[in-house]
Amino acid sequence: MSQRFRLPSGGRVDRAKTLRFRFNGRSYEGYQGDTLASALLANGVHLVARGIKYHRPRGIHAAGVEEPNALVQLGRGARSEPNARATEIELFDGLRATSVNVWPSLAHDWRSINGLFAKLLVAGFYYKTFKGTQGLWQRVYEPMIRRAAGFGRAPTLPDPDRYDHMNEHCDVLVVGGGAAGLMAALTAGRAGARVMLVDEQSEPGGWLLGCGASIDQHPAPKWVAGVVAELRGMAEVVLLPRTTAFGYYDQNYVCLLERRADHLGRAAPAYSSRQRVWHVRARHVVLAAGAHERPLVFADNDRPGIMLAGAVTTYVRRYGVLPGRRAVIFTNNDSAYETALALTQAGADVVTVIDARAEPGGALAMAAREAGIRVLDGRVVIGTRGTRRVSGVELGRLGADGSSAEPTSERLDCDLLAVSGGHSPVVHLFSQSQGRLRFDETLGAFVPGEPAQPQQMAGAINGLSSLALCLADGLRAARAALEATGFSEATTMAVPRVEPEGQSGALRPLWLVPGHKPIGRGRAKHFVDLQNDTTAADILLARREGFEAVEHMKRYTLAGFGTDQGKTANLNALAILARATGRSIAETGTTTFRPPYTPVGFGALAGTEIGALSDPIRMTPMHDWHVAHGAAFENVGQWRRPWCYPRSGETMQDAVNRECLAVRRAVGVLDASTLGKIEIVGPDAAELLNRIYTNGWKTLRVGQVRYGLMCREDGMVFDDGTTARLAPERYVMTTTTGNAAIVLDWLEEYLQTEWPELKVYCTSVTEQWAVASIAGPKADALITRLAPSLDLSDAAFPALTLREGVVAGIPARLFRISFTGEPSYEINVPSDRGLALWEAVMEAGAPLGVAPYGTEAMHVLRAEKGFIIVGQETDGTVTPLDLGLERMVSRQKDFIGRRSLGRADTRRADRKQLVGLLTDEPSVVLPEGAQLVRKDDATRAPPVPMIGHVTSSYYSAVLGRSIALALVKGGRGRHGEIIAARFDGRTVLARIGPPVFIPKPEASSDG
Amino acid sequence: MTRYSIVSLARNALSHHEHWPRLWRSPEPKPAYDAVIIGAGGHGLATAYYLAKNHGVTSVAVLEKGWLGGGNTGRNTTIVRSNYLWDESAAIYEHSLKLWEGLSQELNYNVMLSQRGVLNLAHNLHDVREGKRRVYANQLNGVDAEWLTPDQVKAFCPILNTAPDARHPVLGSTLQRRAGVARHDAVAWGYARAADARGVDLIQNCEVTGFDIKSGRVEGVVTTRGTIKTSKIGCVVAGHSSVLAGLAGFRLPIQSHPLQAMVSEPIKPVLDCVVMSAAVHVYVSQSDKGELVLGAGIDGYNSYAQRGSFHVIEAQMGALKELFPIFSRLKMMRSWGGIVDVCPDASPIIGKTPIEGLYVNCGWGTGGFKAIPGSGFAFAHTIAKNEPHALNAPFSLDRFVSGALVDEHGAAAVAH
Repeated sequence: MSQRFRLPSGGRVDRAKTLRFRFNGRSYEGYQGDTLASALLANGVHLVARGIKYHRPRGIHAAGVEEPNALVQLGRGARSEPNARATEIELFDGLRATSVNVWPSLAHDWRSINGLFAKLLVAGFYYKTFKGTQGLWQRVYEPMIRRAAGFGRAPTLPDPDRYDHMNEHCDVLVVGGGAAGLMAALTAGRAGARVMLVDEQSEPGGWLLGCGASIDQHPAPKWVAGVVAELRGMAEVVLLPRTTAFGYYDQNYVCLLERRADHLGRAAPAYSSRQRVWHVRARHVVLAAGAHERPLVFADNDRPGIMLAGAVTTYVRRYGVLPGRRAVIFTNNDSAYETALALTQAGADVVTVIDARAEPGGALAMAAREAGIRVLDGRVVIGTRGTRRVSGVELGRLGADGSSAEPTSERLDCDLLAVSGGHSPVVHLFSQSQGRLRFDETLGAFVPGEPAQPQQMAGAINGLSSLALCLADGLRAARAALEATGFSEATTMAVPRVEPEGQSGALRPLWLVPGHKPIGRGRAKHFVDLQNDTTAADILLARREGFEAVEHMKRYTLAGFGTDQGKTANLNALAILARATGRSIAETGTTTFRPPYTPVGFGALAGTEIGALSDPIRMTPMHDWHVAHGAAFENVGQWRRPWCYPRSGETMQDAVNRECLAVRRAVGVLDASTLGKIEIVGPDAAELLNRIYTNGWKTLRVGQVRYGLMCREDGMVFDDGTTARLAPERYVMTTTTGNAAIVLDWLEEYLQTEWPELKVYCTSVTEQWAVASIAGPKADALITRLAPSLDLSDAAFPALTLREGVVAGIPARLFRISFTGEPSYEINVPSDRGLALWEAVMEAGAPLGVAPYGTEAMHVLRAEKGFIIVGQETDGTVTPLDLGLERMVSRQKDFIGRRSLGRADTRRADRKQLVGLLTDEPSVVLPEGAQLVRKDDATRAPPVPMIGHVTSSYYSAVLGRSIALALVKGGRGRHGEIIAARFDGRTVLARIGPPVFIPKPEASSDG
Repeated sequence: MTRYSIVSLARNALSHHEHWPRLWRSPEPKPAYDAVIIGAGGHGLATAYYLAKNHGVTSVAVLEKGWLGGGNTGRNTTIVRSNYLWDESAAIYEHSLKLWEGLSQELNYNVMLSQRGVLNLAHNLHDVREGKRRVYANQLNGVDAEWLTPDQVKAFCPILNTAPDARHPVLGSTLQRRAGVARHDAVAWGYARAADARGVDLIQNCEVTGFDIKSGRVEGVVTTRGTIKTSKIGCVVAGHSSVLAGLAGFRLPIQSHPLQAMVSEPIKPVLDCVVMSAAVHVYVSQSDKGELVLGAGIDGYNSYAQRGSFHVIEAQMGALKELFPIFSRLKMMRSWGGIVDVCPDASPIIGKTPIEGLYVNCGWGTGGFKAIPGSGFAFAHTIAKNEPHALNAPFSLDRFVSGALVDEHGAAAVAH
């Protein structure tokens, strides 16, 4: 029969909307408004999982995010999700879920044989064993352990869903939509504050949705509906259900996860992101996160059908499900009497309360007794029976100090054991916000102490248990938040009247319920962390072995390490540790509450910054032309740069050879737009350049261009490029493509922290200019065609100067600078004219044989001339002197790195210095990065002393042979020496020479 | 020391595990020791162990402000490798890796070294050049290293996205097969137990508040549990090194930054190697417990608070999703931060200080875990002999005066 345990009426499910779903291959029905857990319980399914270590049967334990057991693999294929909690999954039609980490089936799981070895599988057993040899560990034991570990499986396909991020500011962020949170949000909302109310469930209300009390003479759920309706009507209020505040950072920065589509299943609209991460900056935060019920730690407390009492109440009242017909309730406090009443009202056959307290007091307990519920006080559960479902309990009489229990002859049959060990305030976010916790002895729980940020705590998080007090606390918190943010209450709010109203009796702290035998003896297990199968005996063993610090105990026993992060386990674990060490719980302290509060999907965290958006792609104004003309691209930083332009039938090397020859014999054009360009403006611009660059800048006249090197403080080359003086107080600096932003940061850091007195501004203009670099013997001819009025004679336009003019009808700056050794002009035009310029160059150059060339040809051409590339000939360990650039280092002035150049190590004679290498065999191109050794070490077995490495290596079409640049120890004194390059198991001999392969012609002013 | 084995485990099972001894005692500090180590992290504990084992110095106290192994030792992403570029680094990290390879047996404690291979991905031509350079250098230094083509990368780690049209496509990778991961807590606990067995006093909850220095020599250390006399102090406190140096009256070229790490929920085995990417910027492995263990770059600002900024996590998740599209629906379960001590040249400082008898071991930055055995080995030698071992001689504090830096980050991230 379908939904045998569904109550005929009641609850917030819509009985008119039947939903079909499959669990472990079987079909079931539930209703709209169910969770997977409530629907399974409605069908009498309690066994849903197995323990991770002993593979004992496990059932649904809770009704919310604190669930330790009921993890399932949700969905299939690309949308499959491991480790989803059945208690959080809103049921939808067609849902499919399976149990995790069981084989061949949940009912018959072969690893349940682990139970036979339970005595060996104690905390930390793997540190003591499996270490015979590294090989055995690696090949046998570790794979075995890895296969046993883990719950669900990763999908095998990429995620088809989308995720996004949202930023929001508000006056008051209220976390938690229970009694206190609703009261706080309503108060703040009516005062006109910009309020965000977030609640992790499908609708606000929290435990009010399953509460029997009345508020202002309405049933609690109706009061909730009224408040929610009013909040929804307020323009300045944002109400986010299905939203978890998971991280609380400095400056009241709270991160939320909104689950926007998960509950819709296949009906989810395509336009919606699946999940959204909100970044909220709140002026004030009200934490009304409530409390989690703690289980009691007793013998064999892990069987299916053993549930938290509050969860049982929720299943009965909110979901209209009866989790069992013969119920035993085991408690040390009053709250579980509500469960007894709920079960009785729902028609459970037998309900018995086992109360550890000798004299249970309180209004609820009285009401239960009056309702005829059997109460056995001073008793505890000392054992349970049942394999796939709890079937009975054994009782004992608890001694006065709680450390022993006298077995009684009482045995109760049951199919449900509801337990309550008290409530632990949900202090996670408070603790993340750096607030200090305080242990409250009467509550037996940690509560918020001093906050560290502008925030209020309201309701059960403060340890309040009565509804009336929670509502009043919500009002108080809202008033404090309003005062702090400068709002005043529009109309004076009153605390709603609650009925029935009664006092609770005191809780009897009970951290470890004694059993038949001392803890750790016998076969019974007292589970503390159900998800990690950590038992009380494990904690006592940890203490015995010296793991007395709470963090040590956690790490050794894994208590609190699960996907629930120990929400139901942590306090019991540390209390057991505290008692064993003779310390108080307060002294023992908690482990750190770390974000996130509940797990957050990687996809949601990544948001939209994935794929092409993961890092901006930068393209020059000429990019489309390059694509249309078959360019092969390389990524340089964020830029796409043409690497070469292979024609059909050409290999890449063919293309590079052709492009190099075109530049040396006719003319080539390079898209140099990506080079960093920084305008440096102000009366102290020259002074800044003088301090940053190693060479002097005070003599540069307007219209002149100079090459500069810059070093870090350690004297190592950091960037290079040319800088031109445009006007008396205006310069434009070029940097390497990859370092453009880094150099600007560098300048700003010095200007802002070291030299604030300098009157100078730096502005990136990289993207304001498109640059075509024309190089080759026919460069002058090409420029003349584009700018006939420009006088290109050496006298009128000498090397290392710039001119402004009109090129191809476009206003342009021309720089006569060369990185190839050929006559060269860099034409700079406004970006939006870049493509027009390029096309004009190609058209005008066609009769001259112009060829576009890419970065690889540029690299070859400059290497032939011995020009360095920062990042290739340098690696952060190379000084200007190592590069043979003494002429670039001024002796007249100070500059960054100057003092380091005088240090002992930078003056060493055997520093690595830039040299040229020619292989014995001209056709062999050494790989870049190949290590160099002395010829005598050519075949020596490792370790081999290395004397340098190849920094750049190419085939030079002009020279018809390979060339390489290298850094070699004492290299300038070794010209002529034969050395060996070793790479990929090969050895190639090469001769050291000067780092120039095509010397500069006598008369040239460009090379 | 009770030897751990399957036999001792079975024997103790018979007595309900009620007779296991403590891994380490919890002694009161004595008035004086021959040597005091400040900081009971992996490096400090290893130092104490090798002082006792290799140099016979057993009158040693290790002072710990909190609980042993609770700093970066217990917060890192547990990657162990030795494929460093420079000879000096390769020597000490390789020595360390060799010690790792016998550590479980040596300590009689399973540190779960898993030599599953570490990939360092190359995403642009510059990465390729530098990756190959490192492989060639490693090979000539006797450190195992291979260069993998994109196809070989795909074969080695099939779930990795090696599509050529990715935003930052994989153009190749270095691979060190002997590299991998280990169980971080076990390293601290194993060294602690072994050091304790040789007579070292491990004193937790004991914060150093000052030094007793006379005429430029240490004579003792002032703690929250009294003054302790000693003539040799090894200071191994990672992110707080500058603070202690300040107490001793000298400065270190160290910047302290937050570095975050995180784990996913435990899932069934899906990733059998360690994948690191500097360009896309994330590193990931899967622990024996099934969690994906992730890290990325430091937070840019200086801090001593062991927590970082959320946007750093978001950025690295974008990177992770780029490399592993199938991880999108997995969930971050826990994130945390540590404070890393970064030197200007990204190499450690292990050696003497301007104060006679005071030695520092710091500056490991984001990568100290792998070095624990080698660092402890060399630092113990330095303290015992009052001169550095050949392995750590290049890593002296003096190098920031002489300029003999060992720049291990210079080879990265510069493109033309």
